[in-house]
Amino acid sequence: MRKAIAGLLAALALAGPAPGQETTVYPAVVPRAPLRFPADHGAHPAFRTEWWYVTGWLKTPQGEELGFQVTFFRSRPAIDPRNPSKFAPAQILFAHAALSDPKLGRLRHDQRIAREGFGLARASTTDADIIIDDWTFKRGADGRFRARTAGEDFALNLDMAPTQGVLPQGDGGFSRKGPKTGQASYYYSLPHLAVTGSILRDGQRIAVTGQAWLDREWSSTLLDPAATGWDWVGLNLDDGGALTAFQVRDKSGAALWAGGSLRSADGKLTKLSPGDVIFADARRWRSPRSGASYPVEPCLTVRLPGGPRTWRLKPLFDDQELDSRAAGGPVYWEGAVSAPGARGYLELTGYAAPMKL
Amino acid sequence: MAASAALRWMVWGEWRAHPARVLVAAAAIAIGVALGFAVYLVNRSALDEFERAVQTVSGAADLQVRAASAAGFDETLYPTLARIPGVRAASPVVELTARASPDGPPITLLGLDVFRAAQVTPSLAGVRQGPAGAGTTPFDAGQVFLSAAAMQASGAMVGGAIRLTAAGQAASFRVAGTLPAAAEGQRIAVADIADAQWRFGQLGRLQRIDLKLAAGSDARAVQDAVAAALPPDAAIETRQTQATRGDSLSRAYRVNLEMLAMVALLTGGFLVYSAQSLSVSRREAQFALLRVLGLSRRRLLGMIFAEGGLVGLIGGMAGVGLGLALAGLALRVLGGDLGGGYFQGAHARLVFAPGAAAVFLGLGLLASLAGAVVPALHAAKAKPAVALKSAGDGVDPRARPPLKPGLALLAAGGLAALSPPVGGLPLLGYAAIALILAGGIAVMPWLAMALLTPVRPRRPGPAAHLALGRLRGAPGQAAVALCGIVASVSLMVAMSVMVASFRGSVDEWLGQVLPADLYMRLPDIQTGGLDLAAQADLTAVEGVRRVTFRKMVGLRLAADRPEVVLQVASVDRADPARSMPLTGQTRAVPVGATPVWISEPMARLYRLKPGDALTLPLGGAARPVAVAGVWRDYAHQFGAVAMDSADYTRLTGDTLRTQASVDLAPGAAPGPIIAALRAALPPGMRDQADFTRSQALRAYALRVFDRSFAVTYALEAIAIGVGLAGVAATFSAQTFARAREFGMLRHIGALRRQIVGLLALEGALLGAVGGVAGLGLGAVMGQILIQVINPQSFNWTMDTRWPVGLLTTLFCALVAASAGTAVLSGRSALSAGAIRAVREDW
Repeated sequence: MRKAIAGLLAALALAGPAPGQETTVYPAVVPRAPLRFPADHGAHPAFRTEWWYVTGWLKTPQGEELGFQVTFFRSRPAIDPRNPSKFAPAQILFAHAALSDPKLGRLRHDQRIAREGFGLARASTTDADIIIDDWTFKRGADGRFRARTAGEDFALNLDMAPTQGVLPQGDGGFSRKGPKTGQASYYYSLPHLAVTGSILRDGQRIAVTGQAWLDREWSSTLLDPAATGWDWVGLNLDDGGALTAFQVRDKSGAALWAGGSLRSADGKLTKLSPGDVIFADARRWRSPRSGASYPVEPCLTVRLPGGPRTWRLKPLFDDQELDSRAAGGPVYWEGAVSAPGARGYLELTGYAAPMKL
Repeated sequence: MAASAALRWMVWGEWRAHPARVLVAAAAIAIGVALGFAVYLVNRSALDEFERAVQTVSGAADLQVRAASAAGFDETLYPTLARIPGVRAASPVVELTARASPDGPPITLLGLDVFRAAQVTPSLAGVRQGPAGAGTTPFDAGQVFLSAAAMQASGAMVGGAIRLTAAGQAASFRVAGTLPAAAEGQRIAVADIADAQWRFGQLGRLQRIDLKLAAGSDARAVQDAVAAALPPDAAIETRQTQATRGDSLSRAYRVNLEMLAMVALLTGGFLVYSAQSLSVSRREAQFALLRVLGLSRRRLLGMIFAEGGLVGLIGGMAGVGLGLALAGLALRVLGGDLGGGYFQGAHARLVFAPGAAAVFLGLGLLASLAGAVVPALHAAKAKPAVALKSAGDGVDPRARPPLKPGLALLAAGGLAALSPPVGGLPLLGYAAIALILAGGIAVMPWLAMALLTPVRPRRPGPAAHLALGRLRGAPGQAAVALCGIVASVSLMVAMSVMVASFRGSVDEWLGQVLPADLYMRLPDIQTGGLDLAAQADLTAVEGVRRVTFRKMVGLRLAADRPEVVLQVASVDRADPARSMPLTGQTRAVPVGATPVWISEPMARLYRLKPGDALTLPLGGAARPVAVAGVWRDYAHQFGAVAMDSADYTRLTGDTLRTQASVDLAPGAAPGPIIAALRAALPPGMRDQADFTRSQALRAYALRVFDRSFAVTYALEAIAIGVGLAGVAATFSAQTFARAREFGMLRHIGALRRQIVGLLALEGALLGAVGGVAGLGLGAVMGQILIQVINPQSFNWTMDTRWPVGLLTTLFCALVAASAGTAVLSGRSALSAGAIRAVREDW
């Protein structure tokens, strides 16, 4: 479900065809379509939107803790398929990287965007291999994912090795996003990725290690029209377990839809349905930048077969708001969070203004 | 102190007594300053506008790669450049000239990849207006963003539709928003690059790539790397090369106008000289009195100098104000190029330049001071005791006036005329004109004597006798009156000989280059055009004897020079002179070489002659061609190359043509045939095509010619006016000084009528002498304009033609006008006061 930027790109993809133009037909997301690898690590260009979304915690040799996020998006706009121009925007690729640095007290972030073509921007359909100019995300023959993103005032150069198998979300990768059956996506995660690599910060290269989470999702459908925002969290539990929880909110703040999963250390997967996930409001932080008030310390309660479990989430620091208005994007909060025995990432959208799709 | 008070009182008294004289001198200076300043301001405003236009359209990229011609280059250059280390981002651009209606102004249509443009040229990003929502991505097909000027020119509105025609294809767009960063007056439309490529037939082609360099990269090294990666049909362009090109577009024209303005200023200087010297000679007795009263020679000198300076200051300040107003008017009426046609579509705004204002004010002051030098020295040199008594011409009438200084100036002028241009401008040619003018005026006293001595009427009446005696007896004063006439007449003659020669040569040339009955043109089509099938359709139209198809392609041979025009037309290989107005020798090119014929400006600008080799960027490669001949061309000041149609097609594979010349079958009426030809055109071009009959085209060309010389004509008229004002000033001064003489004549029985006749005769004689000298000098100066200044500034030549009728009229008008002026200004001296004048204290 995730992702504010993805929402923006979905909006791009929504573009209606001009009169007299052939319409673009997107494939539907259907249940019981098995995931196939490595092809499903690669792009699915027929679908409207898709993303490769990595979040995680890093640690420097000095013991300093940082959060990071590297995301590559793909979007297929509705264009006139008859246009033979090599510049025809058949696929738009977008990437975003951010570093949560408590010492700085806010995010460093940068982005790349390009229409696919001329070898300058492309997304392979056979395995994870995406290029946008000088930014890359690629899965090597050894199964490790490598992200290279050099931004204006920071750079990430990270290798991520899977330590667990693929975690299919929903019903074997078919994940519903709203009350209507059409509102769904293909969705799998790779939690507990072991991170090694380096970051460049203030002109200094620093070796880092850490733990990350990869979300892969592709879909042709959109949010429910009543949705104004969503909350999402993915937690790597210290015992090897992995918790995913999300809710789609309506105008009143009530959950329109919710879901997620818990995979325990022994591999037992519990699917969460609406009603199983409760984000209880805790402390809020008001952004001086946008004036938005975010519930940065929510209390997450999940109903499990063995009884409800609660995680009180605590942000690495408060100001992890991402303001991409300058680049035409939305304002949202996305940051590193921890709870006793768990570390992960929390996304809060639609608090500055309703997410218009 | 008392002396200086007397001095001030005297100056003021003189001015109060003869305000008209001071005013005329100040006005002459003001006109010169105003013209110079106005020409400068207009050009400066036009250049600023050109620069703004260039910057708006290029969006201030760090580095720009531009196609050598409108056909563009292969789009695969884009990834190549984007990958060069040090290039932070590359933005591919399709750039076309579009029109919203056939007779509307041109709009620059840019096809951009919005993501790339946002990084490299953010000012070109459109801002969406109106409701957002479905159907509005930044790269939506069928949408454009328009600048305010484009909106105004097309009448389109946000949310409305606009139909744009470019490269021979029309497409409808929805206006999605505006381009707020576009400079005022710039007509720009921005669409998606894929859309622009597809809908205007530009698939695979780009006209431009804008580059942003990585922070901290070595700009020079990146530029070299980019240059090394470019195909022959693309070149690097920097802000500097763009500015140089903009400047060179109109430089020669501008400098020419500046020089004309300077000539007006020079004439103003002469006028100050004549006014001052007359007023000084009239006040000699007063000055002598002051000297006797104890005024030092230095202070007297200073006073006359200050008088001149004051005239210059008043004239200069008035001139700056007048210049500002004139520039504003000229910009509104004639446009930024003063009708020269260099900055098409540019909408210049007036820019005040304080520095330049100071310079022109200074020049006015200088001209006026220079005019006061000789009279001031003359007054200071006079011996007080002698001067107290006498009032008359200081020159001994029996001595022949000196000839040598004048001849030396004329010789120096001759040498300057033979010198090469300086910095591509005929500065020494103008110096030659100034020297010859000065020399001509310096020999005037001698010449006046020489011309008047042989005039011995067999039975002269008293008036003729007196008039001749007066002119012979006071050659100094005659010369003073003459210099204004000679200066203005010679300049007028020079200009009219040049313009007549130019116009005649252009007319003849038009006849040579427009031999067919009808011409068809698809405007603004730099790429695209009529394909072979469409050409066949046109040829098959009934009543048409022959159709030849042509094409014009702009080629940029150097980044800092304006484009040369490649003219593709069928050339008669056996006798190329049948196809174009060749000048000089032609040469057979080596077997296998592609012959081209270059225009005269091209030959001069690129230093080429028949037999030379050159390369042209055509069809994505540098093609070697050989110069077979040179032809006369007035249409493309920056050079043109003619190539045979078959050769062009062989080199480029391009069979599309954008122009046609049509010969009608005998007896065929042009009207119905134009309609038939139009109907035979492909639908997209039917409305666009422009049919003209050759006479109309010729008339139009001459109209454009006259328009571009309108400013020149105005300057000429002003020069003549200034010259006549000089005659008036001289005569009014002289008649006042000669009040006693007239009084005496009346006493000894001369009739009023006879004195008027005397004055008229004197005026006519002066006018005739000035006219003869002016015609002679003007003929020489005209030849300098034709043989030196025009070839050096515009790189074209012309054949001299003498506008005999005009010159005769001018001469007669001058003689009549000076006689009339002399009578008019003398009348007041003939009133009752004249009788009393004899009683004045001797």
